Amino acid sequence: MKAAIVTFPGSNRERDMRMALTKVNNGKPPIDVWHGDSDLPAGLDLIVLPGGFSYGDYLRCGAVAANSPIMRAVKARADAGVRVLAVCNGFQIACEAGLLPGALMTNASLQFICRDVNLRIETTQSEFTKKYRKGQTIRVPVAHHDGNYTLDTDSVKRLEDEDRIAFRYADALGNVAATTNLNGSVANIAGIYNAKKTVLGLMPHPENATDPVCGGTDGLGLFESIAESLS
Amino acid sequence: MKARVHVSLKNGVLDPQGKAIGNALHSLGFADVGEVRQGKLIELELTGALAAKPKAEIEAAVKDMAQKLLANMVIENFSVELVG
Repeated sequence: MKAAIVTFPGSNRERDMRMALTKVNNGKPPIDVWHGDSDLPAGLDLIVLPGGFSYGDYLRCGAVAANSPIMRAVKARADAGVRVLAVCNGFQIACEAGLLPGALMTNASLQFICRDVNLRIETTQSEFTKKYRKGQTIRVPVAHHDGNYTLDTDSVKRLEDEDRIAFRYADALGNVAATTNLNGSVANIAGIYNAKKTVLGLMPHPENATDPVCGGTDGLGLFESIAESLS
Repeated sequence: MKARVHVSLKNGVLDPQGKAIGNALHSLGFADVGEVRQGKLIELELTGALAAKPKAEIEAAVKDMAQKLLANMVIENFSVELVG
């Protein structure tokens, strides 16, 4: 698998992402790409937009990064079918860039939320989650202030009908309820796919749950799924 | 020539920040405040060839800026005001 991580000014999870990807890719690290680059390396299987606070979250989270030079290349590759994993700020950037529907607004509590959460795997019909079981609960960290996923009702229905909801905020037993809604997201949505299921965006950080030293390895399944699918 | 772009959340989009501002006003004793919505004002100084164009063309250019960057059309509306 040939992967690249795009680093923006203010990204801060790119090294965590590199460790996770290297671990599942026979020790082969991903290629680093800078926001100001105008093109991506040839033959990529996966592009990762990592977490952080690109451009200081000015204007709106992800809005400035979505219009940086490298994003034109990312959009062109995504249109050509290259897989994209967009985590946290990367998810915000992907929505702002139009790679995914909807928008991420300020958490309903107005608080920055930094803790472990339970996610229910909503579908395994995906290259990103095929190593999990449908309905399985995984525990991974979140760290965000603007993770409140917003989308109109008709579009949410379409996501459901097309099996494009990847993860929902749940309790440890996998129950999804208003009380397990972390940040106000519509329908408890924590992660979604584009129509072709080649782009996955999610607010939680599976890359920070890939080593027992960090408190858990529930996020590893995502990276193993990707590596198996794209190698 | 300046352009003011007012960006506001669309009707129906919940505004947690507006709600917090409303609560704070209530706690200060301003009881007669209903719903509060927070938006933003972006002021652009227009220079060069654009500033010399007819108002309709300037307005069209600023609308283009708003749609491409200043507002997120999924959740926000905007209006453009030309000043000076």
